[in-house]
Amino acid sequence: MMLTLAQAGEGTFWFPAQAAEDAAKVDDLFYFVLYVSVFFFLLIMTILSIFVIRYRRRDDSAPQKSPSHNTVLEIVWSVIPTALVVYMFYAGFTEYLSKRQPPAETYEIGVTAQKWSWNFTYPNGHVTDVLHVPVDENVSVLMTSEDVIHSFFVPAFREKMDVVPGRYTKAWFKPTMVGEFDLFCAEYCGTSHSEMITKVVVHPQDGPDSFEEWLREDSDFLSKLSPVDAGKKVYQMRGCAQCHSTDGTSGNGPTFKGVWGTERRMADGSAVTFDENYVRESILQPKAKVLVGYEPVMPTFQGRIKDDEITALIAFLKSLQ
Amino acid sequence: MSTTQTSVAVGAEVEPDYLACSKGWKSWLFTLDHKRIGVMYLIAISASFFLGGLFALGIRLELFHPGEDFVDADGYNQLFTLHGAVMVFLFIIPGIPAALGNFVLPLMLGAKDVAFPRMNLASFWLWMFGAVFFVAVLASGGLDTGWTFYTPYSVEAQTAVIAAATGAFILGFSSIFTGINFIVTIHKMRPVGMTWFRMPLFLWGMYATAIIQVLATPVLGITLLLLVFERLTGAGIFDPNNGGDPILYQHFFWFYSHPAVYIMILPAMAIVSELVSVFSRKPIFGYKMIAYSSVAIALLGFLVWGHHMFTSGESKVAAAIFSALTFSVSIPSAIKVFNWLATMYKGSISLATPMLYALAFIFLFLIGGLTGLFLGTLSTDVHLHDTYFVVAHFHYVMVGGTLFAFLGGLHYWWPKMFGRMYSEKGAAISCLVAFAGFNIAFFPMFPLGAKGMPRRYWYYLEQDFISYHQLATVGTVLLGFGLLGIVIVLLRSLKSGEKAPANPWGGATMEWDAASPPIHHNFHHTPPVHDPYRFDDLRRDPATGNYSRTDAAEPVSSH
Repeated sequence: MMLTLAQAGEGTFWFPAQAAEDAAKVDDLFYFVLYVSVFFFLLIMTILSIFVIRYRRRDDSAPQKSPSHNTVLEIVWSVIPTALVVYMFYAGFTEYLSKRQPPAETYEIGVTAQKWSWNFTYPNGHVTDVLHVPVDENVSVLMTSEDVIHSFFVPAFREKMDVVPGRYTKAWFKPTMVGEFDLFCAEYCGTSHSEMITKVVVHPQDGPDSFEEWLREDSDFLSKLSPVDAGKKVYQMRGCAQCHSTDGTSGNGPTFKGVWGTERRMADGSAVTFDENYVRESILQPKAKVLVGYEPVMPTFQGRIKDDEITALIAFLKSLQ
Repeated sequence: MSTTQTSVAVGAEVEPDYLACSKGWKSWLFTLDHKRIGVMYLIAISASFFLGGLFALGIRLELFHPGEDFVDADGYNQLFTLHGAVMVFLFIIPGIPAALGNFVLPLMLGAKDVAFPRMNLASFWLWMFGAVFFVAVLASGGLDTGWTFYTPYSVEAQTAVIAAATGAFILGFSSIFTGINFIVTIHKMRPVGMTWFRMPLFLWGMYATAIIQVLATPVLGITLLLLVFERLTGAGIFDPNNGGDPILYQHFFWFYSHPAVYIMILPAMAIVSELVSVFSRKPIFGYKMIAYSSVAIALLGFLVWGHHMFTSGESKVAAAIFSALTFSVSIPSAIKVFNWLATMYKGSISLATPMLYALAFIFLFLIGGLTGLFLGTLSTDVHLHDTYFVVAHFHYVMVGGTLFAFLGGLHYWWPKMFGRMYSEKGAAISCLVAFAGFNIAFFPMFPLGAKGMPRRYWYYLEQDFISYHQLATVGTVLLGFGLLGIVIVLLRSLKSGEKAPANPWGGATMEWDAASPPIHHNFHHTPPVHDPYRFDDLRRDPATGNYSRTDAAEPVSSH
């Protein structure tokens, strides 16, 4: 069911695959600037080398006389670069306008960034930790952050937009290639910034792998799977796995292995039993009771997680003996 | 003129130079002599550079191999933060103005000192005081916010943000003091006959830099104070949890920190203008254009801060304006490069070490400047922003540009500062090793970034990026060896170098009229003012290696 392609498409020396409609235009402008730059770099370095060789100091006599300024030359070498950069500005600006102005009709997906995971919310309320999108459709993302500034970066789409707490930012793209692509956090956000990586899965239009099919199947997991399996899926898709391991190793948060029902010491010195109500409280008000030795960095899931999901998650945690 | 030369020579025998005129640590720490303050700055910023370099080496060694090698993610975040903060605030901003500028600027004016010698010493003490805060940061949990202190991360970070912000605040005042001093000195202490357009271009560069130091640095100071205030009281200026705006911080921060880039690069361009002219024995081509372009860059530099924020959700109108203004800065920079090139035309080009650095500067700054075009262009910046492409770009400007120009200036004025010549061969080899190492370290980061590798990543995707990172690490080590070579060559010259003549390179600016090293008061008599770029009346004496003016040399008239 899940596409298991590695990063799709062929990259070049400079770029990853062009997997969205705008990518080719961005790359073309990049190459234009590159060719202009290489031309001027080689021109100047060639002239420099010729001068260094030809006019190398041989004795200490005064050099040949030459002008100390030349109005025509100075105007020429001011005007030509100016004309070139005016074009670069214009081309970059018009392409930027189209990148920043979504079409009237888009498929809108909500994005919530938090230290250090992504949540993607589809129009039917389903939430995932990997971004799923249909190919050849205009997709927009409406983004906000739970804590610090993050940045939504999909190199294959040539798209990047900061995700800022306390406000919404928007980006859009039209994927043109079916497959899996890297999605990075590009704004430094603390300890696990470099592991705030997920994938964009671009689904084909039709067939069993299509976006519609995937969304229908995946949204239904609470009723289809056993509570433990459903809880495991919640644990994955809500980003718990970024900080809480299930194998006993300690991350930015404590592990979930073998802790159910045990007495836990909190940072304020009190003792709390790891039970259903403690788990529920820690999800909705994570800073209320923080385990000793850990920082209060977990974002709240108040208003973002369904009760059924918490129940399933509790079943999963109980199973981790 | 010849009489002045004689009197300097005779005077040098009876009067000890500034290094020997008084002894003991107090005679240094409480000196009002701009030359000693310059030398103390030189030692202090070199120590900071060494520290920042160790952090850089730590970063590169960790990244040689994906996954944890010797520091964990938090340790890595500290390394890149401290590398950036130490290099920017302690080394590169004070670098050329405070160390070389302090030493050279009054000499170039034929003056005895800067306008406010006590303020000059206060600037150095403030630098030391600010540096103490950075040491305190290292000792008390470090710093992990990035040198940019972006909110709201810096509001909630558990590291020593307040100490670091206070340190940077104090260092800002050190920088302002230097700026005020240079502005007043250039305005009021030019000798009779040195009109604005007869000033050496180094002074134009220092002047433009000083304007930025004085006008932009207070904004950084206020911003950092607001950040400290926010952390202490939760006032809700930058923290959205309390109704603040985190993007506002970015505007404030870059309103200083983009002009600060020109605090770094204008002095570098100023040095290169001197070097290219002296070592080509040619009047600088388009003197006025270079002088004006320094001022143009300084002023336009205030208007481009928003180009750091093209992906922050900035409005399209703002993005368009900042993009257009950013391109406008590229033109005066390009003009300078063409002018240096034209200066070399039909020159008598010597490849002495300072000139090697000037040529290396042109090569590296050209790459740094041209890659800026990709980032000023809006649609390509969206892809490249916050990737290694940006890391490569600004290292080409700040290291390839500023550091190489600083080293060029250091080699140029070293005989004047310490009265000794260094091994030309050793210095040239070190320069080439550092140049090669730098390119191997940073060039691979351009394609690495364009392929999508974000910056400030401790961990990276093995299959795509490993070879680029390994090349960069190898280059960094090579660069380190080059820098080590420079230190050895220069320190050896102090012990066993040949005695330097007053004017070993054939420079026409006034610092070369002073003895090497200069006496405490620089000059016995204010030397007559000559055209700073007229070399045809300077002749080299093969016996001493000294250049002196022929009897035919006429000072410029005094009106």
